[in-house]
Amino acid sequence: MPKIDTADGPVWQRRRTSKQRLIWFGWLIAVAIAAYAWHLISEKTIWFFVWDAPQQMVDISRRMVPPAWSYMDVLWKPIWDTLNIATIGSMISMAIAIPVAFAAAHNTTPHKLVRAFALLIIVATRSINSLVWALLLVVIVGPGVLAGTLAIGIRSIGGCAKLLYESIEEINQTQVEAIEATGASPAQKMIYGVLPQVLPTFAGVGVFRWDVNVRGSTILGIVGAGGIGVQLNGSINTLAWTQVSMILLVILVAVILSEWISAKVRHAII
Amino acid sequence: MSQPQTSYPDYWKKPPFIKRPWLRWGLIIGTVVYVIVALGTMDVNWVRVWEGLPRGRKLLASFFPPNFADSRGVIIDGILESIWMAIIATIGGIILSVPVGLGAARNLSPRWVYLFCRFIVSASRTFPEIIIAIFAVKFFGFGPFAGFVALSIGTVGFFAKLLAEDIEAMNKTQAESVRSTGSNWFQWVNYAIQPQVMPRMIGLSLYRLDINFRESAVVGIVGAGGIGAHLLTSISRYEYDTTASILLVIIVIVISLEYISGYLRKWVQ
Repeated sequence: MPKIDTADGPVWQRRRTSKQRLIWFGWLIAVAIAAYAWHLISEKTIWFFVWDAPQQMVDISRRMVPPAWSYMDVLWKPIWDTLNIATIGSMISMAIAIPVAFAAAHNTTPHKLVRAFALLIIVATRSINSLVWALLLVVIVGPGVLAGTLAIGIRSIGGCAKLLYESIEEINQTQVEAIEATGASPAQKMIYGVLPQVLPTFAGVGVFRWDVNVRGSTILGIVGAGGIGVQLNGSINTLAWTQVSMILLVILVAVILSEWISAKVRHAII
Repeated sequence: MSQPQTSYPDYWKKPPFIKRPWLRWGLIIGTVVYVIVALGTMDVNWVRVWEGLPRGRKLLASFFPPNFADSRGVIIDGILESIWMAIIATIGGIILSVPVGLGAARNLSPRWVYLFCRFIVSASRTFPEIIIAIFAVKFFGFGPFAGFVALSIGTVGFFAKLLAEDIEAMNKTQAESVRSTGSNWFQWVNYAIQPQVMPRMIGLSLYRLDINFRESAVVGIVGAGGIGAHLLTSISRYEYDTTASILLVIIVIVISLEYISGYLRKWVQ
């Protein structure tokens, strides 16, 4: 803490003056960026609609109650589809992510080039949102659950493989060396040295990803990739607000339940 | 006197990952049954998929080479809108999350404030950003403002939660020592808590900026501004080469943002 000597004796400050100026300058830049961004956004906004929003909110919320409980009969199948998209998608992604992760971790990769390729797969699948994957896959395999499952599966490869390969790189190398000292082959080293160390993490990552995917799979229907999003989109487009609130309730329950299950399972494993 | 017979096993087996056999076999059988049932009830017309595969290949081929030339202006416009939307949503979301995060820290606020702020956090975390964006579009009209609102709400759920957890995990002695100098509540927060959580929060805000850009690239699909609208348009117009170029731009920006934010986070901490 710098001390400044003045006529009235020393004064303590929290930071040096130069550092304080630097911090102020940083804030100035942040404020300028914010102001500029706000200016750009507000230019493209029709403010009449924004001021009108509270009224819209009241209006729509009033139309949303009571939820159409009887609509639940129609929803069971989409819920099942949504869960399947999330679960099967997670399984597909884990099945692909595990070999990719071993190829991407620098201590298990067979070759540098393979590692670069695996990292490329991770980055490419991770950067594109599952909704965009769904858009593309609907075009390729046709609308429906399959497109959604594949979209979730592909998007999750990167998400899972990144966490997996980081956990592989963090393993205790001495255990692997101990296995190697017994004359183990590379495959045996992998099975007895590496795998036992990372399996709990793998299971945790899978369950965590499943939870994320349940949330993600509820919206895929907006682009026609199956699941409850199809009903959500349809109900919104036909202004059936009581059905919309019913669907939102179902999504709420599904999200909370999946989060609870995944927290329980991860707690049990790790 | 005979030696007691000791026989050592000459055979070793790796202990299974799940020790209880009923749980292990139950999980395996359950998974197999589930997959069979799930695949059985999936409405997939495998014949149609099989027939569609060659068409899919042709379609994939039409993504190449990516075509920037035809709609360069539109792409640049949309990407910039997405980037600015992500930035302003991150800033707005963080400004909103600071009071909520302070309120949601158990060691800082009275119980009713804590419960109320926790409720805000969980409410804004539950629904995916896209669903919030759909409603934001209904309320605020088409355009980036709706995206800004949706992403800000998402940011609050993320940022306030982590801020609250960080405050709850802070070093109590520093807070007590500042308290003992007779500071009021704001001085206490400013001098005892803020310096403790600031480095991590800067890192998290950069991380959130990264997430917000990814989301801002898709909220356009439901009309909330950004590049997503152009992406949707290019697909429905069968201009797949343009789609490919938009996706490439998104990937490049996401990677560079991730790299920059990772670098800055290391530099801050």
